[in-house]
Amino acid sequence: MAKGYSVFSLLRHALKPDSPWPMAWEKPTPRSSYDVVIIGGGGHGLATAYYLAKNHGITNVAVLERNYIGSGNVGRNTTLIRSNYVIDGNTQFFEHSMKLWEGLSHELNYNCMVSQRGQIVLAVSPVQLDVFARRGNIMRLNGIDAELLDRGEVQKLLPYLDYSKDARFPIWGAIHQARAGTVRHDAVAWGYARAASQLGVHIIENCEVTGMVIDNGRITGVDTTQGRINAGKVGIAVAGHTSEVARMAGLRLPVESHILQAFVTEAVKPIVHHVVSWGAELFYLSQSDKGGLVFGGHIDGFNTYTQRGQLFKIQDVMQCAVSLMPFMSRMRLLRHWGGIQDMTPDGSPFICRTPVRDLYLNGGWCYQGFKATPASGWTFAHTIANDNEHDLNRCYSLDRFEKGRELDDYGIGNWTYKQ
Amino acid sequence: MKIPCPHCGERDVSEFRYGGDASRQRPAHGTGDLKAWHDYHFTFTNPKGPHTEHWQHVLGCRQWFRLSRNTATNVIAGVVE
Ligand SMILES: Cc1cc2nc3c(=O)[nH]c(=O)nc-3n(C[C@H](O)[C@H](O)[C@H](O)COP(=O)(O)OP(=O)(O)OC[C@H]3O[C@@H](n4cnc5c(N)ncnc54)[C@H](O)[C@@H]3O)c2cc1C
Ligand SMILES: [Zn+2]
Repeated sequence: MAKGYSVFSLLRHALKPDSPWPMAWEKPTPRSSYDVVIIGGGGHGLATAYYLAKNHGITNVAVLERNYIGSGNVGRNTTLIRSNYVIDGNTQFFEHSMKLWEGLSHELNYNCMVSQRGQIVLAVSPVQLDVFARRGNIMRLNGIDAELLDRGEVQKLLPYLDYSKDARFPIWGAIHQARAGTVRHDAVAWGYARAASQLGVHIIENCEVTGMVIDNGRITGVDTTQGRINAGKVGIAVAGHTSEVARMAGLRLPVESHILQAFVTEAVKPIVHHVVSWGAELFYLSQSDKGGLVFGGHIDGFNTYTQRGQLFKIQDVMQCAVSLMPFMSRMRLLRHWGGIQDMTPDGSPFICRTPVRDLYLNGGWCYQGFKATPASGWTFAHTIANDNEHDLNRCYSLDRFEKGRELDDYGIGNWTYKQ
Repeated sequence: MKIPCPHCGERDVSEFRYGGDASRQRPAHGTGDLKAWHDYHFTFTNPKGPHTEHWQHVLGCRQWFRLSRNTATNVIAGVVE
Protein backbone atom coordinates (compact mmCIF):
# COMPACT_ATOMS: atom_id res chain seq x y z
CA MET A 1 0.00 0.00 0.00
CA ALA A 2 1.41 3.40 -1.01
CA LYS A 3 1.78 5.08 2.37
CA GLY A 4 2.18 8.68 1.33
CA TYR A 5 0.58 10.86 -1.28
CA SER A 6 3.14 13.12 -2.96
CA VAL A 7 4.04 14.60 -6.30
CA PHE A 8 6.17 11.48 -6.91
CA SER A 9 3.36 9.00 -6.25
CA LEU A 10 1.13 11.13 -8.47
CA LEU A 11 3.71 10.95 -11.30
CA ARG A 12 4.23 7.22 -10.81
CA HIS A 13 0.51 6.54 -11.14
CA ALA A 14 0.17 8.93 -14.06
CA LEU A 15 2.89 7.07 -15.96
CA LYS A 16 1.43 3.66 -15.07
CA PRO A 17 -2.29 4.10 -15.62
CA ASP A 18 -2.88 0.35 -15.34
CA SER A 19 -1.78 0.29 -11.69
CA PRO A 20 -4.79 1.40 -9.64
CA TRP A 21 -4.40 3.54 -6.54
CA PRO A 22 -4.48 1.39 -3.42
CA MET A 23 -7.51 1.61 -1.14
CA ALA A 24 -7.22 4.65 1.11
CA TRP A 25 -7.94 2.59 4.21
CA GLU A 26 -7.89 -1.12 4.99
CA LYS A 27 -11.06 -3.19 5.35
CA PRO A 28 -10.12 -5.63 8.14
CA THR A 29 -12.35 -8.27 9.72
CA PRO A 30 -13.04 -7.27 13.30
CA ARG A 31 -11.00 -8.72 16.18
CA SER A 32 -12.87 -10.13 19.13
CA SER A 33 -11.54 -7.41 21.40
CA TYR A 34 -10.03 -3.91 21.29
CA ASP A 35 -8.61 -1.49 23.84
CA VAL A 36 -11.01 1.19 22.58
CA VAL A 37 -14.13 0.87 20.43
CA ILE A 38 -15.56 4.03 18.88
CA ILE A 39 -19.21 3.80 17.81
CA GLY A 40 -19.84 5.91 14.69
CA GLY A 41 -17.53 6.49 11.74
CA GLY A 42 -18.39 10.13 11.06
CA GLY A 43 -15.88 12.95 11.27
CA HIS A 44 -15.80 12.89 15.08
CA GLY A 45 -15.39 9.12 15.48
CA LEU A 46 -12.62 8.95 12.88
CA ALA A 47 -10.80 11.99 14.26
CA THR A 48 -11.00 10.50 17.76
CA ALA A 49 -9.46 7.22 16.56
CA TYR A 50 -6.71 9.10 14.74
CA TYR A 51 -5.75 11.20 17.80
CA LEU A 52 -5.96 8.17 20.11
CA ALA A 53 -3.28 6.55 17.96
CA LYS A 54 -1.29 9.68 17.15
CA ASN A 55 -1.33 11.59 20.45
CA HIS A 56 -1.78 8.79 22.97
CA GLY A 57 -0.17 5.75 21.30
CA ILE A 58 -3.39 3.72 21.63
CA THR A 59 -3.61 1.85 18.33
CA ASN A 60 -5.67 -1.23 19.22
CA VAL A 61 -8.78 0.73 18.28
CA ALA A 62 -11.85 -0.01 16.16
CA VAL A 63 -14.28 2.45 14.64
CA LEU A 64 -17.64 0.74 14.07
CA GLU A 65 -19.76 2.38 11.38
CA ARG A 66 -23.31 1.22 10.72
CA ASN A 67 -23.21 2.43 7.12
CA TYR A 68 -20.28 3.46 4.92
CA ILE A 69 -17.71 6.14 5.79
CA GLY A 70 -19.03 9.58 4.88
CA SER A 71 -22.70 8.57 4.83
CA GLY A 72 -23.65 10.65 7.87
CA ASN A 73 -23.58 14.35 8.60
CA VAL A 74 -19.88 14.59 7.87
CA GLY A 75 -20.83 14.30 4.20
CA ARG A 76 -24.05 16.33 4.42
CA ASN A 77 -23.06 19.60 6.04
CA THR A 78 -22.53 22.98 4.41
CA THR A 79 -18.76 22.78 5.20
CA LEU A 80 -18.44 26.06 7.12
CA ILE A 81 -15.72 26.54 9.70
CA ARG A 82 -15.27 29.54 12.02
CA SER A 83 -14.24 30.39 15.58
CA ASN A 84 -16.33 33.44 16.46
CA TYR A 85 -17.87 32.38 19.76
CA VAL A 86 -18.43 34.59 22.82
CA ILE A 87 -18.73 32.29 25.81
CA ASP A 88 -15.62 31.13 27.64
CA GLY A 89 -15.20 27.45 26.88
CA ASN A 90 -16.69 27.67 23.40
CA THR A 91 -14.30 30.46 22.41
CA GLN A 92 -11.15 28.49 23.25
CA PHE A 93 -12.45 25.15 22.00
CA PHE A 94 -13.46 26.37 18.56
CA GLU A 95 -10.25 28.37 18.16
CA HIS A 96 -8.29 25.20 18.94
CA SER A 97 -10.27 23.53 16.19
CA MET A 98 -9.47 26.37 13.78
CA LYS A 99 -5.76 25.99 14.50
CA LEU A 100 -5.97 22.26 13.82
CA TRP A 101 -7.82 22.94 10.53
CA GLU A 102 -5.00 25.24 9.49
CA GLY A 103 -2.50 22.39 9.52
CA LEU A 104 -4.79 19.49 8.75
CA SER A 105 -3.92 18.70 5.14
CA HIS A 106 -0.24 18.36 6.10
CA GLU A 107 -1.02 16.48 9.29
CA LEU A 108 -3.10 13.88 7.41
CA ASN A 109 -1.12 13.91 4.14
CA TYR A 110 -4.50 14.44 2.51
CA ASN A 111 -5.75 17.54 0.73
CA CYS A 112 -8.76 18.65 2.77
CA MET A 113 -9.08 21.80 0.65
CA VAL A 114 -9.15 24.07 3.69
CA SER A 115 -10.17 27.41 2.21
CA GLN A 116 -9.85 30.37 4.59
CA ARG A 117 -11.93 32.69 2.45
CA GLY A 118 -13.36 34.54 5.44
CA GLN A 119 -16.85 34.72 6.92
CA ILE A 120 -18.88 37.93 6.83
CA VAL A 121 -21.86 38.06 9.20
CA LEU A 122 -24.20 40.88 8.22
CA ALA A 123 -25.76 43.17 10.81
CA VAL A 124 -29.25 44.40 9.95
CA SER A 125 -29.58 47.04 12.69
CA PRO A 126 -27.25 49.36 14.61
CA VAL A 127 -27.97 47.38 17.78
CA GLN A 128 -26.88 44.17 16.09
CA LEU A 129 -23.69 45.86 14.96
CA ASP A 130 -23.01 46.81 18.61
CA VAL A 131 -23.51 43.18 19.59
CA PHE A 132 -21.08 42.17 16.85
CA ALA A 133 -18.55 44.71 18.15
CA ARG A 134 -18.75 43.06 21.56
CA ARG A 135 -18.29 39.65 19.97
CA GLY A 136 -15.27 40.96 18.03
CA ASN A 137 -13.73 42.37 21.21
CA ILE A 138 -14.11 39.05 23.01
CA MET A 139 -12.55 37.24 20.08
CA ARG A 140 -9.60 39.64 19.91
CA LEU A 141 -9.03 39.40 23.66
CA ASN A 142 -8.65 35.68 23.05
CA GLY A 143 -6.19 36.20 20.22
CA ILE A 144 -8.74 35.41 17.49
CA ASP A 145 -8.97 37.58 14.40
CA ALA A 146 -12.07 39.74 14.04
CA GLU A 147 -12.82 42.92 12.16
CA LEU A 148 -15.84 45.20 12.07
CA LEU A 149 -16.97 46.42 8.65
CA ASP A 150 -19.22 49.40 7.98
CA ARG A 151 -21.86 49.41 5.28
CA GLY A 152 -19.54 50.91 2.65
CA GLU A 153 -16.87 48.28 3.28
CA VAL A 154 -19.45 45.51 3.06
CA GLN A 155 -20.73 46.94 -0.22
CA LYS A 156 -17.23 46.78 -1.69
CA LEU A 157 -16.75 43.13 -0.72
CA LEU A 158 -20.31 41.93 -1.39
CA PRO A 159 -21.69 44.17 -4.14
CA TYR A 160 -24.47 41.72 -5.02
CA LEU A 161 -26.54 42.16 -1.83
CA ASP A 162 -29.75 44.17 -1.66
CA TYR A 163 -28.68 47.72 -0.67
CA SER A 164 -31.85 49.35 -2.01
CA LYS A 165 -33.85 51.81 0.08
CA ASP A 166 -36.70 49.37 0.56
CA ALA A 167 -34.65 46.32 1.49
CA ARG A 168 -36.67 44.64 4.25
CA PHE A 169 -33.51 44.19 6.38
CA PRO A 170 -31.12 47.08 5.62
CA ILE A 171 -27.43 46.24 5.92
CA TRP A 172 -25.65 48.27 8.61
CA GLY A 173 -22.30 46.57 8.61
CA ALA A 174 -20.77 43.24 9.44
CA ILE A 175 -18.28 41.29 11.47
CA HIS A 176 -15.57 39.59 9.46
CA GLN A 177 -13.38 36.67 10.50
CA ALA A 178 -10.79 36.33 7.76
CA ARG A 179 -9.55 32.92 8.96
CA ALA A 180 -13.01 31.35 8.74
CA GLY A 181 -14.02 29.54 5.56
CA THR A 182 -14.89 26.14 4.16
CA VAL A 183 -13.33 22.67 4.09
CA ARG A 184 -14.16 19.83 1.73
CA HIS A 185 -16.16 17.65 4.12
CA ASP A 186 -15.73 14.26 2.39
CA ALA A 187 -11.98 14.75 2.36
CA VAL A 188 -12.05 15.23 6.14
CA ALA A 189 -13.73 11.84 6.62
CA TRP A 190 -11.50 10.09 4.10
CA GLY A 191 -8.34 11.82 5.33
CA TYR A 192 -8.88 10.92 8.98
CA ALA A 193 -9.94 7.37 8.01
CA ARG A 194 -6.81 6.83 5.93
CA ALA A 195 -4.45 8.38 8.49
CA ALA A 196 -6.00 6.38 11.34
CA SER A 197 -5.87 3.17 9.31
CA GLN A 198 -2.17 3.73 8.62
CA LEU A 199 -1.58 3.96 12.39
CA GLY A 200 -3.27 0.57 12.88
CA VAL A 201 -6.86 1.57 13.64
CA HIS A 202 -9.52 -0.83 12.32
CA ILE A 203 -12.29 0.87 10.40
CA ILE A 204 -15.24 -1.53 10.22
CA GLU A 205 -18.03 -0.44 7.89
CA ASN A 206 -21.54 -1.95 7.73
CA CYS A 207 -21.28 -2.80 11.42
CA GLU A 208 -24.14 -1.46 13.51
CA VAL A 209 -23.94 -1.44 17.29
CA THR A 210 -27.15 -2.98 18.61
CA GLY A 211 -26.44 -3.33 22.31
CA MET A 212 -23.96 -2.71 25.10
CA VAL A 213 -22.52 -5.21 27.54
CA ILE A 214 -22.56 -3.61 30.96
CA ASP A 215 -21.31 -5.41 34.01
CA ASN A 216 -21.56 -3.82 37.46
CA GLY A 217 -21.81 -0.29 36.09
CA ARG A 218 -18.88 -0.79 33.73
CA ILE A 219 -19.02 -1.34 29.97
CA THR A 220 -17.04 -4.31 28.68
CA GLY A 221 -18.14 -4.58 25.07
CA VAL A 222 -20.77 -4.02 22.42
CA ASP A 223 -23.08 -6.26 20.42
CA THR A 224 -23.04 -5.58 16.72
CA THR A 225 -24.48 -6.90 13.48
CA GLN A 226 -21.08 -8.60 13.08
CA GLY A 227 -21.15 -10.21 16.53
CA ARG A 228 -19.94 -9.26 20.00
CA ILE A 229 -16.83 -7.12 20.28
CA ASN A 230 -15.20 -6.72 23.68
CA ALA A 231 -13.70 -3.39 24.59
CA GLY A 232 -11.64 -1.84 27.36
CA LYS A 233 -13.32 1.49 26.71
CA VAL A 234 -16.15 2.61 24.45
CA GLY A 235 -16.76 6.04 22.94
CA ILE A 236 -20.09 7.12 21.44
CA ALA A 237 -19.86 9.48 18.42
CA VAL A 238 -23.07 8.87 16.49
CA ALA A 239 -24.41 12.42 15.96
CA GLY A 240 -28.19 12.21 15.22
CA HIS A 241 -28.46 8.79 16.86
CA THR A 242 -26.96 9.82 20.22
CA SER A 243 -30.16 9.17 22.21
CA GLU A 244 -30.75 5.79 20.57
CA VAL A 245 -27.22 4.52 21.27
CA ALA A 246 -26.99 6.00 24.78
CA ARG A 247 -30.28 4.29 25.60
CA MET A 248 -28.47 0.94 25.14
CA ALA A 249 -26.50 1.90 28.27
CA GLY A 250 -29.61 3.03 30.11
CA LEU A 251 -28.83 6.73 29.67
CA ARG A 252 -31.45 9.38 28.95
CA LEU A 253 -29.87 12.56 27.61
CA PRO A 254 -30.60 16.26 27.07
CA VAL A 255 -30.73 15.60 23.31
CA GLU A 256 -33.42 15.74 20.64
CA SER A 257 -32.89 14.64 17.01
CA HIS A 258 -33.92 17.15 14.35
CA ILE A 259 -33.54 17.44 10.61
CA LEU A 260 -31.48 20.22 9.05
CA GLN A 261 -31.71 20.71 5.30
CA ALA A 262 -29.08 22.04 2.90
CA PHE A 263 -29.32 23.28 -0.67
CA VAL A 264 -27.15 23.74 -3.74
CA THR A 265 -27.88 25.67 -6.92
CA GLU A 266 -26.68 25.08 -10.46
CA ALA A 267 -23.05 26.09 -11.00
CA VAL A 268 -22.31 29.68 -11.97
CA LYS A 269 -19.12 31.69 -12.43
CA PRO A 270 -17.39 32.86 -9.23
CA ILE A 271 -19.47 35.55 -7.56
CA VAL A 272 -19.53 34.87 -3.79
CA HIS A 273 -15.94 34.91 -2.57
CA HIS A 274 -16.65 34.57 1.18
CA VAL A 275 -18.90 32.70 3.53
CA VAL A 276 -21.86 35.04 3.98
CA SER A 277 -24.16 34.81 7.00
CA TRP A 278 -27.12 36.95 7.86
CA GLY A 279 -28.17 38.62 11.08
CA ALA A 280 -31.89 38.73 10.22
CA GLU A 281 -32.46 34.97 10.15
CA LEU A 282 -30.24 31.94 10.42
CA PHE A 283 -28.94 31.82 6.84
CA TYR A 284 -25.45 30.99 5.56
CA LEU A 285 -24.09 30.63 2.05
CA SER A 286 -20.86 29.96 0.23
CA GLN A 287 -19.91 29.09 -3.34
CA SER A 288 -18.38 25.69 -3.91
CA ASP A 289 -15.35 25.12 -6.12
CA LYS A 290 -17.70 23.61 -8.69
CA GLY A 291 -19.62 26.92 -8.76
CA GLY A 292 -22.85 25.97 -7.00
CA LEU A 293 -24.13 28.17 -4.20
CA VAL A 294 -24.35 25.99 -1.08
CA PHE A 295 -26.62 27.26 1.67
CA GLY A 296 -28.88 26.45 4.59
CA GLY A 297 -31.04 27.83 7.38
CA HIS A 298 -32.81 26.54 10.48
CA ILE A 299 -33.87 22.99 11.35
CA ASP A 300 -37.44 22.03 10.37
CA GLY A 301 -38.46 22.24 14.02
CA PHE A 302 -39.90 18.91 15.16
CA ASN A 303 -37.87 15.89 16.20
CA THR A 304 -37.51 13.27 13.48
CA TYR A 305 -35.09 10.65 12.24
CA THR A 306 -36.22 10.80 8.61
CA GLN A 307 -33.72 12.53 6.39
CA ARG A 308 -36.56 14.00 4.27
CA GLY A 309 -37.15 17.71 4.82
CA GLN A 310 -40.43 19.64 4.70
CA LEU A 311 -41.41 21.98 1.87
CA PHE A 312 -42.22 24.95 4.16
CA LYS A 313 -38.61 25.07 5.35
CA ILE A 314 -37.36 25.02 1.77
CA GLN A 315 -39.61 28.01 1.11
CA ASP A 316 -38.34 29.83 4.24
CA VAL A 317 -34.73 29.39 3.24
CA MET A 318 -35.38 30.44 -0.37
CA GLN A 319 -37.08 33.60 0.91
CA CYS A 320 -33.98 34.39 2.97
CA ALA A 321 -31.77 33.80 -0.05
CA VAL A 322 -33.76 36.03 -2.37
CA SER A 323 -34.28 38.87 0.09
CA LEU A 324 -30.55 39.00 0.84
CA MET A 325 -29.26 38.25 -2.67
CA PRO A 326 -31.97 39.21 -5.18
CA PHE A 327 -30.03 37.70 -8.12
CA MET A 328 -30.69 34.25 -6.69
CA SER A 329 -34.33 34.43 -7.76
CA ARG A 330 -33.14 33.72 -11.29
CA MET A 331 -31.13 30.63 -10.34
CA ARG A 332 -32.23 27.02 -10.34
CA LEU A 333 -31.98 24.82 -7.28
CA LEU A 334 -30.07 21.69 -8.19
CA ARG A 335 -30.33 19.51 -5.10
CA HIS A 336 -31.41 19.57 -1.49
CA TRP A 337 -30.96 17.02 1.25
CA GLY A 338 -31.17 16.60 5.00
CA GLY A 339 -29.20 15.26 7.92
CA ILE A 340 -30.22 14.43 11.49
CA GLN A 341 -28.70 16.67 14.12
CA ASP A 342 -28.53 16.03 17.85
CA MET A 343 -29.90 19.26 19.36
CA THR A 344 -29.22 20.21 23.01
CA PRO A 345 -31.02 22.71 25.27
CA ASP A 346 -28.19 25.26 25.22
CA GLY A 347 -26.92 24.55 21.70
CA SER A 348 -23.58 23.27 22.98
CA PRO A 349 -22.18 19.72 22.77
CA PHE A 350 -21.07 16.98 25.16
CA ILE A 351 -17.52 15.59 25.23
CA CYS A 352 -17.33 13.81 28.54
CA ARG A 353 -17.37 10.79 30.78
CA THR A 354 -20.77 9.24 31.53
CA PRO A 355 -22.32 7.62 34.63
CA VAL A 356 -21.25 4.24 33.13
CA ARG A 357 -17.56 3.45 33.79
CA ASP A 358 -15.37 3.33 30.66
CA LEU A 359 -18.19 4.68 28.50
CA TYR A 360 -17.60 8.13 27.00
CA LEU A 361 -19.92 10.48 25.15
CA ASN A 362 -19.34 12.77 22.20
CA GLY A 363 -22.55 14.29 20.87
CA GLY A 364 -25.09 17.09 20.93
CA TRP A 365 -23.41 18.96 18.09
CA CYS A 366 -26.41 20.88 16.81
CA TYR A 367 -25.43 23.13 13.89
CA GLN A 368 -21.76 23.31 14.71
CA GLY A 369 -20.29 19.84 14.57
CA PHE A 370 -18.35 20.06 11.36
CA LYS A 371 -16.15 23.01 12.33
CA ALA A 372 -15.55 21.23 15.62
CA THR A 373 -14.33 17.96 14.09
CA PRO A 374 -10.57 18.23 14.72
CA ALA A 375 -10.84 19.63 18.26
CA SER A 376 -13.65 17.23 19.07
CA GLY A 377 -11.53 14.22 18.12
CA TRP A 378 -8.48 15.71 19.82
CA THR A 379 -10.21 16.34 23.17
CA PHE A 380 -12.37 13.18 23.07
CA ALA A 381 -9.22 11.09 22.54
CA HIS A 382 -7.68 12.85 25.56
CA THR A 383 -10.79 12.19 27.66
CA ILE A 384 -10.86 8.49 26.73
CA ALA A 385 -7.11 7.97 27.15
CA ASN A 386 -6.93 9.72 30.53
CA ASP A 387 -10.42 8.98 31.84
CA ASN A 388 -10.65 12.71 32.41
CA GLU A 389 -11.62 15.83 30.52
CA HIS A 390 -9.03 18.17 29.01
CA ASP A 391 -9.28 21.86 29.99
CA LEU A 392 -10.64 22.52 26.50
CA ASN A 393 -13.69 20.27 26.92
CA ARG A 394 -14.29 20.42 30.68
CA CYS A 395 -17.24 22.73 30.01
CA TYR A 396 -18.97 20.11 27.81
CA SER A 397 -20.09 17.87 30.66
CA LEU A 398 -23.44 16.08 30.93
CA ASP A 399 -24.32 17.62 34.30
CA ARG A 400 -23.95 21.26 33.27
CA PHE A 401 -27.72 21.88 33.38
CA GLU A 402 -27.91 20.58 36.94
CA LYS A 403 -24.99 22.79 37.93
CA GLY A 404 -26.27 25.93 36.18
CA ARG A 405 -23.34 26.02 33.77
CA GLU A 406 -25.19 26.19 30.48
CA LEU A 407 -23.19 27.40 27.49
CA ASP A 408 -25.76 29.38 25.62
CA ASP A 409 -23.74 31.30 23.08
CA TYR A 410 -26.70 33.21 21.63
CA GLY A 411 -27.53 34.59 25.06
CA ILE A 412 -31.26 34.04 24.68
CA GLY A 413 -31.79 31.17 27.08
CA ASN A 414 -32.43 27.51 26.68
CA TRP A 415 -33.85 25.92 23.57
CA THR A 416 -32.89 28.63 21.14
CA TYR A 417 -33.89 26.12 18.50
CA LYS A 418 -37.46 26.05 19.77
CA GLN A 419 -37.91 29.80 19.97
CA MET B 1 -46.34 16.29 5.94
CA LYS B 2 -50.05 16.82 6.59
CA ILE B 3 -51.49 16.98 10.09
CA PRO B 4 -55.07 15.99 10.91
CA CYS B 5 -56.42 18.80 13.09
CA PRO B 6 -59.33 17.37 15.12
CA HIS B 7 -61.36 20.49 14.32
CA CYS B 8 -60.31 21.54 10.78
CA GLY B 9 -59.23 18.25 9.22
CA GLU B 10 -56.02 17.54 7.36
CA ARG B 11 -53.84 20.62 6.81
CA ASP B 12 -50.23 21.30 5.80
CA VAL B 13 -47.69 21.12 8.64
CA SER B 14 -46.70 24.76 7.99
CA GLU B 15 -50.01 25.83 9.62
CA PHE B 16 -49.00 24.22 12.90
CA ARG B 17 -46.69 24.92 15.78
CA TYR B 18 -44.84 22.03 17.37
CA GLY B 19 -45.11 21.62 21.13
CA GLY B 20 -42.80 18.67 21.81
CA ASP B 21 -43.04 15.36 23.63
CA ALA B 22 -46.47 14.91 25.24
CA SER B 23 -45.57 11.81 27.22
CA ARG B 24 -43.48 13.68 29.79
CA GLN B 25 -44.97 13.91 33.27
CA ARG B 26 -44.47 17.20 35.07
CA PRO B 27 -43.47 16.53 38.70
CA ALA B 28 -46.03 17.60 41.29
CA HIS B 29 -45.66 21.15 42.60
CA GLY B 30 -43.65 21.44 45.77
CA THR B 31 -41.86 18.12 45.46
CA GLY B 32 -38.61 20.07 45.70
CA ASP B 33 -36.62 17.25 44.15
CA LEU B 34 -34.17 19.06 41.87
CA LYS B 35 -33.18 15.88 40.07
CA ALA B 36 -36.78 15.15 39.08
CA TRP B 37 -37.22 18.72 37.80
CA HIS B 38 -33.93 18.57 35.91
CA ASP B 39 -34.91 15.33 34.22
CA TYR B 40 -38.36 16.61 33.39
CA HIS B 41 -37.05 19.87 32.01
CA PHE B 42 -33.83 18.90 30.25
CA THR B 43 -33.88 15.26 29.17
CA PHE B 44 -35.78 13.59 26.38
CA THR B 45 -36.69 10.03 25.44
CA ASN B 46 -36.23 11.11 21.80
CA PRO B 47 -37.31 7.73 20.39
CA LYS B 48 -36.76 6.55 16.84
CA GLY B 49 -40.29 5.22 16.42
CA PRO B 50 -43.73 6.02 17.87
CA HIS B 51 -43.90 9.42 19.60
CA THR B 52 -46.81 11.24 21.23
CA GLU B 53 -46.51 14.99 20.87
CA HIS B 54 -48.28 18.35 21.17
CA TRP B 55 -49.25 20.43 18.15
CA GLN B 56 -51.15 23.70 17.92
CA HIS B 57 -53.08 24.74 14.83
CA VAL B 58 -51.78 28.34 15.02
CA LEU B 59 -52.88 29.37 11.53
CA GLY B 60 -56.29 27.75 11.91
CA CYS B 61 -58.50 27.09 14.91
CA ARG B 62 -55.59 27.59 17.38
CA GLN B 63 -56.49 24.42 19.21
CA TRP B 64 -53.82 22.36 20.99
CA PHE B 65 -54.02 18.59 20.61
CA ARG B 66 -51.94 15.44 20.92
CA LEU B 67 -50.75 13.45 17.94
CA SER B 68 -49.10 10.08 17.52
CA ARG B 69 -46.35 10.16 14.86
CA ASN B 70 -43.57 7.72 14.02
CA THR B 71 -40.30 9.69 14.09
CA ALA B 72 -38.57 7.08 11.91
CA THR B 73 -41.01 7.60 9.02
CA ASN B 74 -43.14 10.69 9.86
CA VAL B 75 -46.21 8.48 9.37
CA ILE B 76 -49.01 9.86 11.56
CA ALA B 77 -51.16 7.32 13.39
CA GLY B 78 -53.71 9.92 14.43
CA VAL B 79 -54.90 12.24 17.16
CA VAL B 80 -54.56 10.90 20.71
CA GLU B 81 -57.09 11.75 23.40
C1 LIG C 1 -27.46 19.89 6.46
C2 LIG C 1 -26.42 20.09 7.51
C3 LIG C 1 -25.54 21.18 7.42
C4 LIG C 1 -24.55 21.38 8.38
N1 LIG C 1 -23.68 22.43 8.23
C5 LIG C 1 -22.66 22.57 9.10
C6 LIG C 1 -21.70 23.61 8.90
O1 LIG C 1 -21.74 24.36 7.90
N2 LIG C 1 -20.71 23.75 9.81
C7 LIG C 1 -20.63 22.93 10.91
O2 LIG C 1 -19.74 23.12 11.71
N3 LIG C 1 -21.51 21.93 11.11
C8 LIG C 1 -22.53 21.74 10.23
N4 LIG C 1 -23.43 20.71 10.43
C9 LIG C 1 -23.27 19.83 11.60
C10 LIG C 1 -22.26 18.73 11.36
O3 LIG C 1 -22.37 18.20 10.06
C11 LIG C 1 -22.44 17.61 12.38
O4 LIG C 1 -22.58 18.17 13.67
C12 LIG C 1 -21.26 16.65 12.43
O5 LIG C 1 -20.95 16.18 11.14
C13 LIG C 1 -21.60 15.49 13.36
O6 LIG C 1 -20.49 14.67 13.63
P1 LIG C 1 -20.04 13.44 12.72
O7 LIG C 1 -19.32 13.94 11.53
O8 LIG C 1 -19.28 12.50 13.56
O9 LIG C 1 -21.47 12.82 12.31
P2 LIG C 1 -21.86 11.69 11.27
O10 LIG C 1 -21.10 11.80 10.01
O11 LIG C 1 -23.35 11.70 11.19
O12 LIG C 1 -21.35 10.38 12.01
C14 LIG C 1 -22.09 9.59 12.91
C15 LIG C 1 -22.07 8.18 12.39
O13 LIG C 1 -22.57 7.30 13.38
C16 LIG C 1 -23.15 6.21 12.69
N5 LIG C 1 -24.03 5.46 13.58
C17 LIG C 1 -25.22 5.85 14.10
N6 LIG C 1 -25.74 4.88 14.87
C18 LIG C 1 -24.83 3.85 14.86
C19 LIG C 1 -24.79 2.57 15.47
N7 LIG C 1 -25.78 2.12 16.26
N8 LIG C 1 -23.70 1.78 15.24
C20 LIG C 1 -22.69 2.20 14.44
N9 LIG C 1 -22.69 3.41 13.84
C21 LIG C 1 -23.75 4.23 14.06
C22 LIG C 1 -23.90 6.87 11.54
O14 LIG C 1 -24.14 5.97 10.48
C23 LIG C 1 -22.92 7.99 11.15
O15 LIG C 1 -22.09 7.65 10.06
C24 LIG C 1 -24.44 20.48 9.48
C25 LIG C 1 -25.31 19.40 9.58
C26 LIG C 1 -26.29 19.18 8.60
C27 LIG C 1 -27.20 18.00 8.71
ZN1 LIG D 1 -57.63 23.45 13.39
